[in-house]
Amino acid sequence: MTYAIRTEGLVKRFDDTTALAGVDLGAAPGTVLGVLGPNGAGKTTAVRILATLVRPDGGRALVDGLDVTRDGDAVRRRIGLTGQYASVDEDLTGRENLVLFGRLLDLRRAEARRRADELLARFELTEAAGRRVSTYSGGMRRRLDLAASLVARPRVVFLDEPTTGLDPGKREDVWRMIRSMTADGGTVLLTTQYLEEADALADEISVLDHGTVIAHGTPTELKRIVGGQTLAVRPADPGRLADAAALLERVAGRPPDVAGELLTVAVDGDGVLGAAVPALAAAGIAVTELALRLPSLDEVFFALTGRAGVAA
Amino acid sequence: MSGLPRHAVVLAGRGLTKARRNPGLFLDAILPPVVFLLLFVYLFGGAVAGSTRDYLHYVFPGVLVMTAILAGLTSTGLSINLDIKKGVFDRFRSLPIPRSAPLLGAVLGDSVRYAVAVATLFALGLALGFRPSAGLPSALAAAGLAILFGFALSWVNVLIGVVVKEETLVTTVAFLGIFPLAFGTDMVAPADTLPGWLQAWADVNPVTHAMDATSGLLLGGPVRDAVLATLAWSAGFLAVFVPLAVRAYRRRA
Ligand SMILES: Nc1ncnc2c1ncn2[C@@H]1O[C@H](COP(=O)(O)OP(=O)(O)O)[C@@H](O)[C@H]1O
Ligand SMILES: [Mg+2]
Repeated sequence: MTYAIRTEGLVKRFDDTTALAGVDLGAAPGTVLGVLGPNGAGKTTAVRILATLVRPDGGRALVDGLDVTRDGDAVRRRIGLTGQYASVDEDLTGRENLVLFGRLLDLRRAEARRRADELLARFELTEAAGRRVSTYSGGMRRRLDLAASLVARPRVVFLDEPTTGLDPGKREDVWRMIRSMTADGGTVLLTTQYLEEADALADEISVLDHGTVIAHGTPTELKRIVGGQTLAVRPADPGRLADAAALLERVAGRPPDVAGELLTVAVDGDGVLGAAVPALAAAGIAVTELALRLPSLDEVFFALTGRAGVAA
Repeated sequence: MSGLPRHAVVLAGRGLTKARRNPGLFLDAILPPVVFLLLFVYLFGGAVAGSTRDYLHYVFPGVLVMTAILAGLTSTGLSINLDIKKGVFDRFRSLPIPRSAPLLGAVLGDSVRYAVAVATLFALGLALGFRPSAGLPSALAAAGLAILFGFALSWVNVLIGVVVKEETLVTTVAFLGIFPLAFGTDMVAPADTLPGWLQAWADVNPVTHAMDATSGLLLGGPVRDAVLATLAWSAGFLAVFVPLAVRAYRRRA
């Protein structure tokens, strides 16, 4: 199997902290690898090693088959990086940032401008292009950051917690744009603290904890381990609770739990939501809440390690 | 242009754009020459030289050199230190450009501060009655020499900015290093009025040579030895501290 991104036994220590204790990661070309883990798990360290910013103390890291320590320059020609903390210049405008990166990548001035405008349009920043980044909202900054990592049309992109700190609503915008990044065949390594995000974007997920990969698989495989999703329904009229419960039992194949006026039921696939919505509508049951919920990161870790408290 | 200068020039352009947006940043380059000139001339002028006009001519070449030194001291190390901590330097380092280009770019981008500070000093000096009697080309040479010397010395500060982790320490450490150089001279009062130990230090202090050179270039008199000594010291500072700073920068992760 060939990998666009590969680490083997990667080790990194800082003074008395072992940030990575032998990490194996792999992403096939054209796929999205999600690296899921709590704060301090070692996600940023792994990304910084792969992006040639930090040298590993042991093991190997390869991008497109090239060793990041021996062929740093060749690796840098292939990658795009969006770091965990804003990696654009606050005092410049959005367009100036992208033109600057284009110029540093040896594009001619006109070509750098054209590429900047193209990316600004794609990331829905055309209107804000002439404003200083310091006036941008968190979501706009993240989008500019994503755009900046694409100036060179990289084949491999690293995104370190691209939506941490964004409102859930804004998160969906960024997800949509990340999906468009892989549409042109690039390989993406994305780190996240949200199972929901890894589930929405990644083809495969590696779960990182204390510098070690404690689980790896497709989102479906992982969800099978940790218990998968639940469908939550809250009828607007408490009098219809029993009707709604009977209906859910029919579409989900098992009886729902009742907590106050909220019904929850474990479901096996996304299809149940699609079946539940028309069934509720047909029965004339109005709802104030209807959601497909993933287990929280705490629940994932509890299921995988048997211990509570993810960052403990 | 080959890779390194071209990328450094592009990055220097970024520094200039930022400076244009934030003219307040120039204040700390402009203030020292203004304060020193006014303070020295009106506070000591009567006592040391008998007349403020004579003293203005005595002290101006020294203040010119100090201005150039302080222009580098107050900015470059600090801005590099701040920049390194920000994510944007990470992005620069993930690009296929020479690793030292961001450092050189930052230093080049700051160099406009020297020009602004020196121009301010000349404008104020001329307004107060200073007349460079050796003529305009020679006065421009004095300004150029002072800027070159300040630029060379600023690399000490660049090194400090790269090595020191705590940004509040950068300026303090830099001041401690530069203080004996900048003030251990006959700038404010003639050498024969200084205590012996200070006189001995002033004699070997490279800043004294730079002040002698600018004095000769501005007001006439022998300049050759002092100019050569200043050029040699500048070359020496650059030869030692540029590689050290670049190396420290490459290593800092
Ligand atoms: N430059 C550094 N110096 C010292 N310790 C560090 C440094 N970078 C990371 N660490 C430590 O390494 C561990 C992993 O950090 P990091 O890779 O940032 O995790 P994550 O990105 O998953 O939150 C943490 O314990 C962190 O404190
Ligand atoms: Mg992190």
